[in-house]
Amino acid sequence: MPRRKGAPEVNAGSMADIAFLLLIFFLVTTTIETDAGLDRMLPPMEPPEEDVVIKQKNIFTVNINKNGQLLVEDELMQLKGLRNAAIAFLENGADGSCNYCKGRRDPGSSDNPTKAIISLKNDRETKYSTYITVQNELVGAYNDLRDRESQRIFGRDFTDMEKEYLNPETASSIRDDLKDKVKRIQDMFPQKLSEAETTSN
Amino acid sequence: MAKFAKKKDGDLPAVSTASLPDIVFMLLFFFMTVTTMKDSSLLVENTLPNATEIKKLEKKDRVIYIYVGRPTQEYQKVFGTEPKIQLNDKFASVEEVGSYILAERAKKPQEIQNVLTTALKVDKDANMGLIADIKQQLREVNALKVNYTTYEGDAFNNLQ
Repeated sequence: MPRRKGAPEVNAGSMADIAFLLLIFFLVTTTIETDAGLDRMLPPMEPPEEDVVIKQKNIFTVNINKNGQLLVEDELMQLKGLRNAAIAFLENGADGSCNYCKGRRDPGSSDNPTKAIISLKNDRETKYSTYITVQNELVGAYNDLRDRESQRIFGRDFTDMEKEYLNPETASSIRDDLKDKVKRIQDMFPQKLSEAETTSN
Repeated sequence: MAKFAKKKDGDLPAVSTASLPDIVFMLLFFFMTVTTMKDSSLLVENTLPNATEIKKLEKKDRVIYIYVGRPTQEYQKVFGTEPKIQLNDKFASVEEVGSYILAERAKKPQEIQNVLTTALKVDKDANMGLIADIKQQLREVNALKVNYTTYEGDAFNNLQ
């Protein structure tokens, strides 16, 4: 006898069970990871070809000792004051060539933001958490300045623009547009944060 | 009145569960998309410090992880309580970091080999001496892009 109907219907009643099984598996294995942190570049191994002479006043030295105390420009400083001290140094603009700086133009401090270098030194026994806090404050100082200029020119925070630029889901047309803006702000306050090898005492 | 006489008495109608699979599937897809499988179990304590100026690590395939911290309780008898380095699933010495990076780099596809980031997941109680040694190793193998992985939070909480 020929069959009238096509294939018999598959019973889908157990589908929910199978889905539940998978669901519980993924629920158990899930760790919603929050991988974020401070991006830094290490200095390359081979020293640059010619020796660059850097004026002492263009270097902002930060020393952390093993007890987590800060020596900034040869003076003891509290961690809370570091960000403002770094900002004041970066936008000092002693040579007057930086028209967007709002610093005091102190001739004893940095010439302009493109020459200003922050040098960070730490002891071998410095706690990692202290080091990260200091790094955070110094990166924060750059970000504060960049945000301010970015707000002035583009009406938008630099960190916000950079985040959108780095996000791979951003459309490429928007990204091209952001690239120039991000570059422009970065050039205004280039991040020059040098880390020397640690000392042992 | 015969029209209205045929009312069923008492019984509540059964709730249809036909859409249950849909709901479950929706949840399933949510968890499938947010899941990242843990590829190595931690042998060290790993309480990361807090920071505010952080950037997200996009593209997991371009990241090499290095864990640093004290060995967990069960390994303290064998390995002591001083902070150690964990590479993949085992403890390692400082000298092994360089070769580990090279080996991991060789495993990645050619085109991303020079855009790799090294994520340092360091316990907040570790000392900078060990980190400095790792940094020196990274410089030697030219893995210059590092990310100090942290939690998001007020950095001054680290000091307590």
